Amino acid sequence: MFAYIIRRILYAIPILIGVNLITFVLFFMVNTPDDMARAQLGAKQVTPELIQSWKEEHGYDKPMFVNAKAEGVDKLTDTLFVQESLKLFVFDFGFSDAGRDIGNDIKQRMWPSLELALPTFIIALITNISLALLLVLFRGSALDTSMMIVAVMIMSISGLFYIIAGQVVFSKIWHWVPISGFESGWGGFKFIILPVLIGVFGGIGSGVRWYRSIFLEQINQDYVRTARAKGLSELKVLFGHVLRNGMLPILTGVVVVIPTLFMGSLIMESFFGIPGLGSYTIDAINSQDFAIVKAMVFLGAVLYIIGLILTDISYTLFDPRVKLS
Amino acid sequence: MLKTAKYSLSFLLLSSLLLFAENVSAGVWNSPHSASKVEDDVLFSSFSAPPKHLDPVISYSSNEWAIISQVYEPPLQYHYLKRPYELEALTLTAMPGVRYLDEQNNEVDKDAMNVAYSEYTLNLRDDIRYQPHPAFVTNANGGLEYGELSENELQDINTLDDFKKTSFRGLNAEDYAYAIKRMAVRQNHSPILGTMEEYIVGLSEFSKKISEVAKQQKESKQLLDLRNYQISGVKVVDPHTLTIKIKGRYPQFLYWLTMNFFAPIPWEVDLFYQQPGLIKKNLNLNWFPVGTGPYTLVENNPNKQMRLVANPNYHDERYPSLSEEQAKATSIPSEVLQDAGKKLPFVKEVIYSLEKETIPLWNKFLQGYYDASGVSSEAFDQAVQVSAAGDMGLSEEMKAKGIQLRGSVQPTVYYMAFNMVDPVVGGYSESAKKLRQAISIAINEEEYISIFRNERGIAAQGPLPPGIFGYLEGEKGTNPVVYEWKDGKNQRKPIEVAKQLLAEAGYPNGISKETGKPLALYYDSAASGPDNRAEMDWRRKQFDKIGVQLVIRATDYNRFQDKVRKGKTQLFSWGWNADYPDPENFLFLLYGGNAAVTTNGSGINSSNYNNPEFNRLFEEIKTMENTPVRAEKIKQMIAIVREDAPWVWGFHPKSLSLFHKWYKNVWPNEMSRGTLKFKRVDGALRAQQQQAWNQPVIWPLVLFIVFILLMIYPLYRAYQARQTAVIGDGSASVNSLNEKGGR
Repeated sequence: MFAYIIRRILYAIPILIGVNLITFVLFFMVNTPDDMARAQLGAKQVTPELIQSWKEEHGYDKPMFVNAKAEGVDKLTDTLFVQESLKLFVFDFGFSDAGRDIGNDIKQRMWPSLELALPTFIIALITNISLALLLVLFRGSALDTSMMIVAVMIMSISGLFYIIAGQVVFSKIWHWVPISGFESGWGGFKFIILPVLIGVFGGIGSGVRWYRSIFLEQINQDYVRTARAKGLSELKVLFGHVLRNGMLPILTGVVVVIPTLFMGSLIMESFFGIPGLGSYTIDAINSQDFAIVKAMVFLGAVLYIIGLILTDISYTLFDPRVKLS
Repeated sequence: MLKTAKYSLSFLLLSSLLLFAENVSAGVWNSPHSASKVEDDVLFSSFSAPPKHLDPVISYSSNEWAIISQVYEPPLQYHYLKRPYELEALTLTAMPGVRYLDEQNNEVDKDAMNVAYSEYTLNLRDDIRYQPHPAFVTNANGGLEYGELSENELQDINTLDDFKKTSFRGLNAEDYAYAIKRMAVRQNHSPILGTMEEYIVGLSEFSKKISEVAKQQKESKQLLDLRNYQISGVKVVDPHTLTIKIKGRYPQFLYWLTMNFFAPIPWEVDLFYQQPGLIKKNLNLNWFPVGTGPYTLVENNPNKQMRLVANPNYHDERYPSLSEEQAKATSIPSEVLQDAGKKLPFVKEVIYSLEKETIPLWNKFLQGYYDASGVSSEAFDQAVQVSAAGDMGLSEEMKAKGIQLRGSVQPTVYYMAFNMVDPVVGGYSESAKKLRQAISIAINEEEYISIFRNERGIAAQGPLPPGIFGYLEGEKGTNPVVYEWKDGKNQRKPIEVAKQLLAEAGYPNGISKETGKPLALYYDSAASGPDNRAEMDWRRKQFDKIGVQLVIRATDYNRFQDKVRKGKTQLFSWGWNADYPDPENFLFLLYGGNAAVTTNGSGINSSNYNNPEFNRLFEEIKTMENTPVRAEKIKQMIAIVREDAPWVWGFHPKSLSLFHKWYKNVWPNEMSRGTLKFKRVDGALRAQQQQAWNQPVIWPLVLFIVFILLMIYPLYRAYQARQTAVIGDGSASVNSLNEKGGR
């Protein structure tokens, strides 16, 4: 397995170079370094000299991919692409164009994102699987049918509606929890409970339908019939056999998102005033802060690759037939 | 299954209990603030976008100044209450004295023809001290205790609170000189360096030299101590006296002295924050300002909260007063004058929370959790009633809560510009003028204000907004090209007049006499999203009224700016917010010397208007004092631009502010941001009202728990039936379905 992981990590290097290249090309197709300077320096009193000095200070005066003025290998290395990309591979994200240390910002903002995303993820997973098993238990009944209709209805409504409705009902009308805000630790429970419940509720429709279909594929298998014939209770059959055998497709969809949890949720964090990473990239795109954009795209790609590797590893834990080589 | 249900129920109950425990002491559950702070002299406010810079050398945005203006103190400030705006000393003993000098530095009369320089003398108060800060701590040798932090020491430092010692010192003249030197370092990107180089003697030469030094110091990884370098025009006479020498006459320089660019920077702080180890931890002057102002920034998490607390070293400053006559002239409410003579600041702490979305912000304001709020478009109808006469008042809901409304016209102008170098709409021929005048009449700004601004604005009669010297009220201020003064108010000329002008311009009914084709004009806009569609449709409709086709060229903001700078537009909309309340700060937008196309895009005159007579008058009034002569010349200039119509004179926006009855001394001051020190809150009243407005509604919670319990029981019964059912027994419906493999 160790050799497999090393191989996957080596495969990741060209992928990350490619991701970085695409980020550079796309970003600079839309924004020029002059535009970036203006975005940072404000709309008033911006002179060409000021723009030039800003570009020099931030290294944007260098050519993008080929430095015709340089000699030898410097033609390729003394460029914006190489100078900015190399540091990323050692996770040195440098400073944002507004002058903040990006690594420090990420460290500071990932925890609030996790405080929201982790409970949402865990509670949603447990709720969705439990409800799906319940529906499988009562499959074909009126409960199953009506729950499926409700699930489709939940899926059909925009997540934004749940957020606004939740804030209006639970905070504005019933005065149960604050509309928005954040505090770390247990003191923040009152701020987190509503976004977590909304996050869980908003995902129930699709989650339950998906897990239900996975479990239904298992429920008529011979091993289930055998388990029942042995006299096991329906709960033991569902949790001990159906759930276990349904884990592979669940892991495929679930494990891959675990590392990306701390990247946060844009809308949820914006509406609930949670100081996470959700809006970090979007804000950076809007303010043309390339340093943050490239760092976050790179980090997202790394985390996704880690998620895929973890998924492969998790297969071996749940299915002894799977071997990584 | 049962276990899961039990866990869910337990979780629900535990959540409810925690919720109770957390909030019961406060009497309300939904308060985002701690109960003790609500009752105290703490102000709760919000910000929608994190500031990018808090370093006074570069900061120029209103959301940045909202913070740093509470921390820094430039030499002068605007009087909080007086209108028109009036300057007063802040850290000086009196307003700066000015001497006029000739080329040989001999003092000459103020009105002399040979004035080559103006020398401003700033006499500093001796009772002003900085906030406590680790940068001021000195060691036994007199050096900075934290001036050269080792890797080891830095390991334990993540915030300024991690420094064990703090100290402070008094303000001196060198600190103001130091700030000007920092402005000169190009690597600091000061937006006003270019402007100040034109005026402060020696700044340009100094800037070139010091920027080179800064580059070398950076390469050699050494700190830049600006005390070792001097600007010829900025002299520290003694610890409390500074002189600044200006080229020629420039009375507007005093306005610049109210801005944070001229706030004092202690050398200790500059050197302290230059340490790479601190920069790496986001501890730098850009994020943790150090000043002599009424507040200190103790928490700066731009993604969550910024917290200011009262500076324990703040000097003696008192709430201003007005004479009876002045109060009458400004129609100021008497309650705003009640604190006259009391020591500032009143509020002990200010907590700014990030609120990106308007819905939570507005609802929290209504719940009493924010002390004041603006009025967003979404909330306008709920908050404000507009009478048939256009007067604004509070809605009944707001009145019932005791909320108050205060507003003022901002020193801002929004306009639609014609590119004067464009062959169709530009130029100074009679026909081009008439085409622009026709369009100016056709575009109904009053309608625009009503539809898109909820009546929050007044139609502009020229480039100057109300409150700026040279602005004329009533009939005298009417733009005769577009309006007629009838029945005591301005009335837009009928559309027939516009059509007539268009015909005289060579486009009868919008058809070109020369080509026989309909006239099509191009409007460049960065407002290209679906939200702006209605506005663009409205613009097309305005042009349709005179038979002219308007083609919208939507583009992204970067391209839009680029086109404007290069003069590649025909029509576009733009705006300007005053730096200072002087007509020069608006009229320079139309000065030919500032035309974008002739200044490589850096000029502020984006319509590229260039009228020699206007230019001549501008050069005259630019450095004049506010005298009747200046007023007359400004009147002439406005008449010229009204006739030439390089802009469709758009509107001056009105800002509206809502605030609760416990928030005192609110008086709009559009020129000053450092007004927090004048505000006062009644914490006891706030706590009382928050309790009254936010009592939790319990019954839905009880109903929900009962519902869950009721749901569990039939499921449990069904499960039991399922477990005891026998294959083939018709009563075991679930079992039967299992056998059928139903889905």
